[in-house]
Amino acid sequence: MSLRDKLSEIKEKGLADIDQANDLKKLNEIRVHLLGKKGPITAALRGIKELTPEERPEVGSYANKIRDAITEAVSNHREELETAQLNQQLATEKIDVTLPGKPVAQGQPHVIQQIIDQIVDLFLGMGYEVLTGPEVEEDKYNFEMMNLPKNHPARDMQDTFYLSREILMRTQTSPMQARALEKHDFSEGPLKMISPGIVYRRDTDDPTHSHQFHQVEGLVIDEHITMADLKGTLITMAQNIFGDKFDIRLRPSYFPFTEPSVEVDVTCFNCMGKGCDVCKHTGWIEVLGAGMVHPNVLKMAGVDSDVYGGFAFGVGPDRFAMLRYGVDDIRDFYLNDVRFLNQFSKRGN
Amino acid sequence: MKVSYKWLKQYLDLDMPAKDLAEKIERTAVEVDSVKVAEDGLKKLVVGHILSMKDHPESDHLHICSVDVGEDEPLQIVCGAPNVAAGQKVIVALPNSRIGGNVKIKRSKMRGVESSGMICALDEIGFSKDVVPKEWADGIYVFDDDVPVGEPIYHYLGMDDPIIDLDVTPNRGDMLSIIGTVHELAAIYDQQPEIKKPVVDEDATLDAQAEISATADSKLAKTYKLRVVEDVKIAPSPAWLQIILWNAGIRPINNVVDVTNYILLKYGQPLHSFDKDKINGNITVRNAAKGEKLTTLDEDNHELSTEDIVIADQDQPIALAGVMGGFNTQIDNDTQNVVIESAIFDSFHIRKTAQRHVLHTEASQRFERGINPDGVADALNEAVSLIKQLAGGKIAKGTITASDYHPELPVISITAERTNHVLGTSLKLDEIKAIFDRLGFSSITDGDQLQVTIPARRWDIHIDADLFEEVARIYGYDNLPATLPTGRQTIGVLTAAQRLQRAVRQILEGIGLTQAISYSLTTEEKAKMFLMQSSEPTQLLWPMTQDHTTLRMNLLSGLLDDVAYNHARKVDDVALYESGRVFYKDSADQVRPKEVEHIAGVITGNLTNPSWNNHVKAADFFLIKGMVNQFIVNLGIKGDISYTATDQYPEMHPGRTAEISIHGHDVGFVGQIHPQIAKKFKIKETYAFELDMQALIDLPKNDDQYQAVAKYPSIKRDISIIVDSEITNDQIVQLMQKRGGAYLHEIRLFDVYEGKNVPDGKKSMAYSLTYVNPRETLKDEVVNTAFEKIKKRLTADLNAEIR
Ligand SMILES: [Zn+2]
Repeated sequence: MSLRDKLSEIKEKGLADIDQANDLKKLNEIRVHLLGKKGPITAALRGIKELTPEERPEVGSYANKIRDAITEAVSNHREELETAQLNQQLATEKIDVTLPGKPVAQGQPHVIQQIIDQIVDLFLGMGYEVLTGPEVEEDKYNFEMMNLPKNHPARDMQDTFYLSREILMRTQTSPMQARALEKHDFSEGPLKMISPGIVYRRDTDDPTHSHQFHQVEGLVIDEHITMADLKGTLITMAQNIFGDKFDIRLRPSYFPFTEPSVEVDVTCFNCMGKGCDVCKHTGWIEVLGAGMVHPNVLKMAGVDSDVYGGFAFGVGPDRFAMLRYGVDDIRDFYLNDVRFLNQFSKRGN
Repeated sequence: MKVSYKWLKQYLDLDMPAKDLAEKIERTAVEVDSVKVAEDGLKKLVVGHILSMKDHPESDHLHICSVDVGEDEPLQIVCGAPNVAAGQKVIVALPNSRIGGNVKIKRSKMRGVESSGMICALDEIGFSKDVVPKEWADGIYVFDDDVPVGEPIYHYLGMDDPIIDLDVTPNRGDMLSIIGTVHELAAIYDQQPEIKKPVVDEDATLDAQAEISATADSKLAKTYKLRVVEDVKIAPSPAWLQIILWNAGIRPINNVVDVTNYILLKYGQPLHSFDKDKINGNITVRNAAKGEKLTTLDEDNHELSTEDIVIADQDQPIALAGVMGGFNTQIDNDTQNVVIESAIFDSFHIRKTAQRHVLHTEASQRFERGINPDGVADALNEAVSLIKQLAGGKIAKGTITASDYHPELPVISITAERTNHVLGTSLKLDEIKAIFDRLGFSSITDGDQLQVTIPARRWDIHIDADLFEEVARIYGYDNLPATLPTGRQTIGVLTAAQRLQRAVRQILEGIGLTQAISYSLTTEEKAKMFLMQSSEPTQLLWPMTQDHTTLRMNLLSGLLDDVAYNHARKVDDVALYESGRVFYKDSADQVRPKEVEHIAGVITGNLTNPSWNNHVKAADFFLIKGMVNQFIVNLGIKGDISYTATDQYPEMHPGRTAEISIHGHDVGFVGQIHPQIAKKFKIKETYAFELDMQALIDLPKNDDQYQAVAKYPSIKRDISIIVDSEITNDQIVQLMQKRGGAYLHEIRLFDVYEGKNVPDGKKSMAYSLTYVNPRETLKDEVVNTAFEKIKKRLTADLNAEIR
């Protein structure tokens, strides 16, 4: 048998052994044996001396090829074995992924806060500033400067918590209109403001009345603000807060501090305008009051009503929340049952 | 105001369904509360004729009637009404009919006698007891003789008339009348109704001036008019009038009183009728004198105030002007001569009187909102004419006028430009003029101006803005374009404080607290708890309930109420925060409190739900302290946060409460609610904090928080010491910081131990110290020297034993 044939035989057998090795240890032994100094290749190559000098390089090169083939086979087979071993380990690590995850502490904003934030964000985007004012208010701002003089019929003393003859718990966020108008410098630009806050009424708490609730006041005054602008603004708000499918309608109403005054209805949430018991079969639900600021309100705040004018509106976030989520008792907002509070999603819409 | 559709149709050509009319009114004029047709829901109710009647053999009050209902055979119906009699035409509920309250009537036996239906009283077919005339109140209703037998009853009782209930806003007092509503609808539908002036058939032989005289204070009654009708015969009103009244929610009384109420509905002008023979001498309109009393028609006795307006005769008040007549001068069945009053009383006085005596009547409601000064005489004239028509008698010649008021009609000038400027429309002047034509406001074009004369019946209109409203609503709000404000631009951004307040909420929610909104008004006791500064409570003058009398001076008591509410409903785990205002007063005589923003939180029970892999521990001091600390750190306020033990809050656990300060400024406290307070609120072990949010807003912030991360490796050294139990962590940490050298970067407490292997009165504390040099690699020798120094100082200053 020629040396070359001998080497071929070693190779065939070696490759077969590698292929049959079923663990890494065995594989390593085979590699060390085949390629080691005491291995069969080294032993076979001792016979090289018997070859002619011309034959030697060819056989030497052939031996190297065999070494490379063996090395590669070992490496490939090692990878296979490692993968198999890893898969075996992963199989033992299997868990029930349907077991619940570890609870993470997470609070929620109050549902009314969510609605206020949503309104505020919308109006910030339209260039309004956010103003806040005192909850304990002067009669002057709460009533008089809102065109409700002391003996005005629309001013019901029964409805107001007084601290003294002149100081009261504000019954509306409208006094912020007077406060903002007094302070504003129209040479700097128009007045566009939104004012959220808590208001108080001398009411007995029941499912639809609360002695404490929220309002968001809106006011825009400039040289050319129209009732059409009010309508457009309110549509924008309704569609932003409630959804694109919602429409509004204006109906005549009466507020001493606006003229014209309107009440604003939005498409019924329950029936989307088809008519149902919730909307008394009209397809509409009343959600807010608005109007063009009464010239007296401007004059009393020192604003020239011949030059400046605009609109105001007042929104009740409590009512919005009740309508939108179908909450049927306003007191739930102020009793803070955590099971109630945690139901309202935090996703910001 | 309940408006009859049929009545409106006498003036206007209307053929749309009542619901559509109501919607139009709502969108153009005033809100509509309801549209109701009384017959809706009723079935098989017909006019029956009682042919004969006999007593029920088994009963002392039941009768067996044979009733013709227009069918081949009369029905046998058992009836127990005291006023039932043969020959009457009555309301019959046939077998299988439906009467009021959705009750079904079936053939039945009453004490052994077959009854095929039921003879009904008005309240049994849905009438409110308040409007049923007295004569029918205790028995069945009996029709006039000319009503056809077998016909459905509805038409003959006005139950087929749609009644539109208007919710009239305070400015539209004119719509509290049929004529006012007709004017409004005429504008809406562009029609010209004919409203006739009443003609009075006076008796020339009878002079009103000779019969009675009157004087009036014109400040109390701008207009005061009387007319006299003599020799009337008091009787029930005819059915048509009774129907009008009960459909409007007014009980028919007799032909004189009913006429005054009819006129009130038609003109919006309240009238009052006196029995002339019960009046002694002249009539005066004046303020009540001190101590005067009056019994009103409803037989209530009133102590009068000198602010009340009264109608008085020579002796005493005989009516509470504009509110209710007096019992002693009322029309009764024997009345022969009547005095009818038509007036305008001062609205402010009437409002006060109605409130004072809790007498809110149809009359007072109208006087409060205003009266058409041009309708006072017409109303009076039509009233006496109708009384003569219904009750006979003679109308005395002339009207007694004690005061009279005919204001000059206001003329308001507007332009198309200004109208469009306010409304955002593009109307032309003639289009605007056409709207005023429809409203019945006369107007003259003068160049680009329109001079609009406001009729007396629209006393709510004073300025151009009022006219813009008229234009807008008749033009239609639906036709208004929808635009957004244009013109000078503004930027909408939150202020730094507003941004911080938003961040505050997000931080607290991120660490597991849910936002609560509690009541600002509480009890005085709760208002005074957890006081962070000395303050007097702010109280309401007239609170509504005992639970809400005083403005809070802390947020925590409200949050504890919330915890209690949750516990009462079996919710043990509560983690809430609240951001809101507290109200401080320096002294009791300061009226207006200072409003300060606070933020507070409470935790009781578990912060997360126990679960198969979540082995939770109930909230404790260090959990809430960790939360508060993280919260304050996140705000990025300049300076160190320090916690000092405090027993200064009576409502907090004296050994488990810390005062929190930042850079020496006290900002609030954190700790455990005192067990006694917890017991009082009926809540479990609860931990809480309250912070002065305004202070947190005001304190300077770290604007440049960035420091380069050290590039060189750090070296750690652990130290375990035994110290006296009284030594605080703060003392140890402060000493380490002071003596730790320039490279001591972080001190972390990793173990605290008391007990076995540690002597009594001592504790073991173990810290991990991290050293870093930001500029070069630290050498071990440098750290060793620094570490040795700390050890030495701990031993020397705190008597620590190094382990
Ligand atoms: Zn609906």
